[in-house]
Amino acid sequence: METNPQGGHGNAPPLLQIDGITLTFGGVRALSDVGFSVAAGSVTAIIGPNGAGKTSLFNTVSGFYRPTCGQVRFKGQDITHLSAPKRAKLGLGRSFQNIALFRGMTVLDNIKLGRHAHLKTNVLDALFYLGRARREEAELRADIEERIIDFLEIDHIRHAPVSALPYGLQKRVEMARALAMQPEILLLDEPVAGMNREETEDMARFILDVREEWGVTVLMVEHDMGMVMDLSDHVVVLNFGQVIAQGTPVAVQGDPEVIRAYLGSGDVGDLRRRLHAGLAAREAV
Amino acid sequence: MDWAYLFEISLTGIASGGLYALAALAFVMVYKATKVVNIAIGEMLMIGAYLFFTFAVTFAFPLWLAVPAAVLAAGLLGAVIERSMIRPLLGEPPISVFMVMVGLSSVLVGLVELIWTADQRRLPDFVSNTPIMIGDAFLAPKVFYGALVAVVLIAVVLLVFRYWRGGVALRATASDPAAAYSMGINVPRVFSLTWVASAMIAAVSGIIVGSIGGISSSMGVFGLSVLVVVIVGGLDSVLGALVGGLLIGLVEALAGAFLGGEYKLLVTFIVLVLVLMIRPYGLFGTHEIERL
Repeated sequence: METNPQGGHGNAPPLLQIDGITLTFGGVRALSDVGFSVAAGSVTAIIGPNGAGKTSLFNTVSGFYRPTCGQVRFKGQDITHLSAPKRAKLGLGRSFQNIALFRGMTVLDNIKLGRHAHLKTNVLDALFYLGRARREEAELRADIEERIIDFLEIDHIRHAPVSALPYGLQKRVEMARALAMQPEILLLDEPVAGMNREETEDMARFILDVREEWGVTVLMVEHDMGMVMDLSDHVVVLNFGQVIAQGTPVAVQGDPEVIRAYLGSGDVGDLRRRLHAGLAAREAV
Repeated sequence: MDWAYLFEISLTGIASGGLYALAALAFVMVYKATKVVNIAIGEMLMIGAYLFFTFAVTFAFPLWLAVPAAVLAAGLLGAVIERSMIRPLLGEPPISVFMVMVGLSSVLVGLVELIWTADQRRLPDFVSNTPIMIGDAFLAPKVFYGALVAVVLIAVVLLVFRYWRGGVALRATASDPAAAYSMGINVPRVFSLTWVASAMIAAVSGIIVGSIGGISSSMGVFGLSVLVVVIVGGLDSVLGALVGGLLIGLVEALAGAFLGGEYKLLVTFIVLVLVLMIRPYGLFGTHEIERL
């Protein structure tokens, strides 16, 4: 089992560092002594069977849960005890496993809300729509319209109410909203869950572009193995709340512990062949 | 049919409907943001009126000072209620919160009787007694000015929530608290501020209602009509609160004039039942649609 605490990128200091996180709900141990780090500019994936603690870990990183013990460090700063809104201001943007868009609002309003944390206008400015409010609004529009909406190719639906959109587009709007938060690290909880192949490939392309063009580090939870193997620099495997393996995609997919966690302890050689065959088929597309 | 009389009654009905709308706004605001059914809304009105009574009569503050003082004190009470009763119940089943609100209304009535006794009292007159004439119709000045204040306040509240960032934060919180929280919106603070704002609006309507009909510890009954208004309008709809308020005000006035005062409640509840039969979520309420 390969353990490389610095992620896939040599000796650069990690953007996000998780140390010895233990999370208990009553008597249930959701996470125990989880530790890994996310290198700046990398795509890091957390994988694991259902109930392994992936979403719990995500919620701990984004501030929804307080760990029983352990530390979350972001750019060297201990953020373990900061609330989710404060973490959002520091540069952690997230999306949700079940789409959590603001229903009843348009796509544009949803995306604009992502910038909420960074706006500074007060009541009077806003009421009279003067000075700061107008300037901020103009900057916001330009940035959101020219960069985010174009980038995610959702121009044609900007004024549509989000609840009327198909699932794949809703996921994309959610990502746009997370990008509007101007995050340094984007936490994506199952970005392609429930998507068809075409939508999955679009999303994979967006994730790579976010990293390349915007310099945003990505940490994602994902079940789609093909996508994880294609996109990630570093993979962390959770099972029963513990890290059972981490390293490059290639190292992880050959790890017998991982194969056992995913496929049960049958004929390991056979399962491994099936896994590789699946991957090869994906790459051929 | 006497058309002038009908017009006069309708006008009075619409004017008192404005007061219902204002109180309903206070209710809807809290429901939208926190999903708490504030059945103590009538009692919060009452507390506002009594606070005004204390400042204006007991402390003999001038009017321009007594009103803001009462409103601020009511806002403080709203904050205390939120911190001590609502926030600890976050994530508890709605029925627990509902029961706490039932308790709250009794506690508020008890407080009023302890501090101010159960006697009926009059608020000082602060509007001129010159009758207002609209066309040939006569309108009681207190009702007219009350409705005017209600309309202005409703307009201000709507503008603030439409254009102020905090209003956007409120709408986002109402729509999806978890997502709002992760967008950097301080959800607990939004909860607090909604309760404060709601208590303040309730206090203003309490002062108006009290100055029309006097104040007593049974003033909370007004809240019953407010509940009818918000259920007819749709619990989470601001527009519903406004339309429902006017509708119920009008229905009550017409029923009182043509059938007699004892039929007022009967007719409004019949309207309530009819509306719910046709539109179970109220006139403008949101249908809960789960899409997977």
